[in-house]
Amino acid sequence: MDVAKIDTILRKYNGDSDFLIEILQDVQAEWRYLPVDLMRHLADELGVPLARVSHIATFYKAFSLEPRGEHEIQVCMGTACHVKGASRVLDAMSRELGIGEGQTTADKQYTLEAVRCVGACGVAPVVVIDDEYHGDLMPDASAKLIARHMKEGAK
Amino acid sequence: MTQINFSNLGAAATAEQKRLAGYKAMLMVCTGTGCVSAKAFSLLDNLKEEISKRDLDKDFLVVGTGCNGFCGQGPILVVQPEGVFYQRLKKTDMARIVEEHLIGGKPVEDLMHRDLSSNKPIHKMDDIPFFSKQKLIALRNKGLVDPENIDSYFARNGYMALKEALEKGSPKSVLDEVKTSALRGRGGGGFPAGVKWASCMAAVEKTGKEPVVVCNADEGDPGAFMDRSIIETDPHTVLEGMCLGAYAIGAKEGFVYIRKEYPLAVTRLEKAISQARDRGLLGDGIMGSDFSFDIIIHRGAGAFVCGESTALMASMEGRAGEPSPKYIHNVESGYKDRPTVLNNVETWANIPVIVDKGGKWFAAIGTGDVSKDPWGGSSGTKVFSLVGNINNTGLVEVPMGITMREIIFDVGGGIPDGREFKAVQTGGPSGGCLPASLLDEPVDFDTLTRAGSMMGSGGMIVMDDHTCMVDVAKYFMEFLKDESCGKCNPCREGTVTLYGILDRITSGKGVKGDIDELERISRVMEAGSLCQLGATACNPVLSTLRYFREEYDAHIDEKRCPGKVCKDLITFTINDECNGCMVCAKRCPTNAISGEKKAKHTIDQKECIKCGICNDVCKYDAVNVE
Ligand SMILES: Cc1cc2nc3c(=O)[nH]c(=O)nc-3n(C[C@H](O)[C@H](O)[C@H](O)COP(=O)(O)O)c2cc1C
Ligand code: FES
Ligand code: FES
Repeated sequence: MDVAKIDTILRKYNGDSDFLIEILQDVQAEWRYLPVDLMRHLADELGVPLARVSHIATFYKAFSLEPRGEHEIQVCMGTACHVKGASRVLDAMSRELGIGEGQTTADKQYTLEAVRCVGACGVAPVVVIDDEYHGDLMPDASAKLIARHMKEGAK
Repeated sequence: MTQINFSNLGAAATAEQKRLAGYKAMLMVCTGTGCVSAKAFSLLDNLKEEISKRDLDKDFLVVGTGCNGFCGQGPILVVQPEGVFYQRLKKTDMARIVEEHLIGGKPVEDLMHRDLSSNKPIHKMDDIPFFSKQKLIALRNKGLVDPENIDSYFARNGYMALKEALEKGSPKSVLDEVKTSALRGRGGGGFPAGVKWASCMAAVEKTGKEPVVVCNADEGDPGAFMDRSIIETDPHTVLEGMCLGAYAIGAKEGFVYIRKEYPLAVTRLEKAISQARDRGLLGDGIMGSDFSFDIIIHRGAGAFVCGESTALMASMEGRAGEPSPKYIHNVESGYKDRPTVLNNVETWANIPVIVDKGGKWFAAIGTGDVSKDPWGGSSGTKVFSLVGNINNTGLVEVPMGITMREIIFDVGGGIPDGREFKAVQTGGPSGGCLPASLLDEPVDFDTLTRAGSMMGSGGMIVMDDHTCMVDVAKYFMEFLKDESCGKCNPCREGTVTLYGILDRITSGKGVKGDIDELERISRVMEAGSLCQLGATACNPVLSTLRYFREEYDAHIDEKRCPGKVCKDLITFTINDECNGCMVCAKRCPTNAISGEKKAKHTIDQKECIKCGICNDVCKYDAVNVE
C-alpha cells in the first residue's frame, strides 16, 4: 500500500468525508480497483465506519473490488444505442475478446463493460476505449477495432 | 486579471466583441463528444496548421466549440459570421476550405449539407431545415462561444442579467420574473421553478437555516445528452443561472452534481468556475456587491437513482445514493438538512435569459395559459436529444407545443432507409413509447403524461418498423432492475419479476396470463414504491401494452416477433439476390456460411448464432430475416 499516494488524494479533498465518493474514484483510477486494506486505511483516516466505505464501493458502478484490466472497453447500452443494435455490438466484442460482460481477460489487458449512455447518442452505437470515443460502430466494425487494438498492444 | 464590477462588465463585453470583429472570419469547429468521436480535435489542429502555414492567423480565428447540435453529420465546421456550414469533414478538407473559401472567397459546395429531396447543397446553417424550426434559449450560445473562455461569454451579453439584478434589482425582482415565466423544471418532473424557490424561502424563514442551491447534472436518462451539451457548450450560462437563483433565495453555497461519465463536461465546468472566481463573478462580494456565492462540484460514480433528489443529497454527503421517503421536502430539509433548491442543468440555463428578457416574454412562448397558474401550460422551449432511427440525429431546441410530427419529420428529416416510423420513446425509463397515431399531438408536459409517457429530461428516441416493442420494454426493465437501489420491496422485486416475464415472452416461452400478470405487478409498484424510480418503472411496459398490444400477442400466441429482433424467434437465410461475393462468409464469426465464389451461399442453421453481421455487411439485400 502506497501511503504517500493516498495522502496526496486525501489532501486534495482536505480529508473531508463529504468527498468520500470522489476520493474512492481517484483511488480506483490509480489502483484500478479498491483494495480492502486501502479501504480500511481510508476509513481510519476519515473517521468513518468501514461499512460506509464498503457500502459505497459496492453501490456505485464506478468501483470494482477486483483489479480491472489495463484497458477499459465500455459498450454503450443506452436507448439510442440499443435501437441501433448495441447488444449485437456487445456480443461481437465479447466474442472477439473471449470474455463476457463485466469480465477481465486472463492477461489483465482488457475489461469489457456494458454502460448506459455515454452522452454521444447522436452517433450511436458508441464504444469507448480508454476514454476514446468511437461512434457509428456496427458489430462487424467493432470486432475489427478490437482485433486491431489487440494487435497493436501486442507489438 | 481585471476584476469585473458593475461599471466595467459592459466594457469587457465590447472589448471582446471588438477583438472578434477584427477577424475576417471565425472558424467554429465542433468539439462536442459526438464530433470528437469522429476525430474533431485532430481536425481542429489541422485547420490551425493550415492557417498558420499561410500566415493568416491575424485574419482567421479557430475556435473549438461545444456541440453544434447536428451530431449525426459530424465533424462540423461553421464559418462565422456568414454562417456557412460544413459537415462530415476529413483532415484533407481543411486545406481546401482555407484555399477555396477563406482565400478564394468561394465556399466549398461539396462539403455542405444537402437538401434531402433535391440534393442541392445548402450554404447557410440557418437554411438547413434541421436548424430553421428551432428556437434557442438554453442553447442560445451554442457554436458561438468558446466554452473555455469567459470573455467570449461576456461578448454574448453574459453575466449582464446578474449585473442588472445585483445593481438595480432585488432578490424579489429575480424571483418575480422566474415566477411570471412559469418555467417548469426540465429534469423530468416539470415542477414550477418559481414555486419551488418561494417555498424554499419560506422554509428559510421558518428554520433560520442557510439555504443551498444545487444543479442536477446527473443526466441518467439513457439516450439523452442535453445537459452534457449545455455544460460543454456554454458552462457560464449554468453558473450565471445558479448565481441568480442563489441571490433570489439568499444562498451562499451552490453545488453541481455531475456524472463522472462526462469527463469533458467536468473539465469545462471546472475551468469555468475557476475563471469566474478569478474575475470576481464567484466568491466574496460578487462584482463589488455584498452578495457572496461559490460553487463546488461533486462527481457521481455511476448510479441512475442518484438523479433522484433525496438520493442525490445522500450522494453529495458522501454516502450511498439511496432515496428516502419524501414526507419532508428538500426545499425544507435537503442537503445536510438545510433548505435546498435542486434544479436541472437546462432549468438553470434558462434563468439568465428569463431575468434579462422578462418572465412575460418567456411565458408567451409555449402552450396553455400560465398567466395565473404555472401548471396551466408549458412555457418556453425544450431541448431534446433526437436520436435513434432518424435521418438528422442530434440536439434540438424547440418551442413547447410543437408537434411530434414536426420534430421528427421536419427537424429530424424522417426515418432513414425507406423504413416506416413505428414509435417514439420519451421520458427515459420512467416514460413510454408513443405510436404514429399520436404524431400530431403537441409536445408539452401535460399532453405527454396523458398519453402514458412523460416529458422527462428530453430524450426522444425514434424507432422504425424493425424495432420490437416487447424487446424495448424488456430493455428498460433490465435497466431498471439493475438500477433499483433495492431499498424498497415493490421496486426491487417488481422490476426483477417484470423482467423475467418479458424475457420469457421475447424468448418464445410466453404463456396466456402473462399480460395480466404484467399489469397486476405494475399496479403494485406504482402504488407501493418508495421513490419515483419504482413508481414509474412500469410505464415502458404499460405504454407498449396500450399501443402495441398486438406485438405482445404475436410473441405469445404465434411465437413470432414482428420487428424481427428477438433472436429465439427469427432465422437468417440467403435469398436469390446473392451473387456470391463472399463478404458475409468471411465476416461470419462462426463460419456458418458456405458457398463458392459467384454462387449463392447458404447458412448452416445449426452454427448460426443470429448475430446479424451477414445482414449488416450484405450490399445486395440477399439476407432474409423471418
Ligand atoms: C429515478 C430518478 C432519476 C432522476 N434523474 C434525474 C437526472 O438525471 N437529472 C435531473 O435533472 N433530474 C432527475 N430526476 C428528477 C429530480 O429528482 C428532480 O426532480 C429534478 O432534478 C429537479 O429539477 P427541475 O425541477 O429543474 O427539473 C430524477 C428523478 C428520479 C425519480
Ligand atoms: S445511448 Fe449510447 S451514447 Fe447515449
Ligand atoms: S458533437 Fe458535434 S454536433 Fe454534436
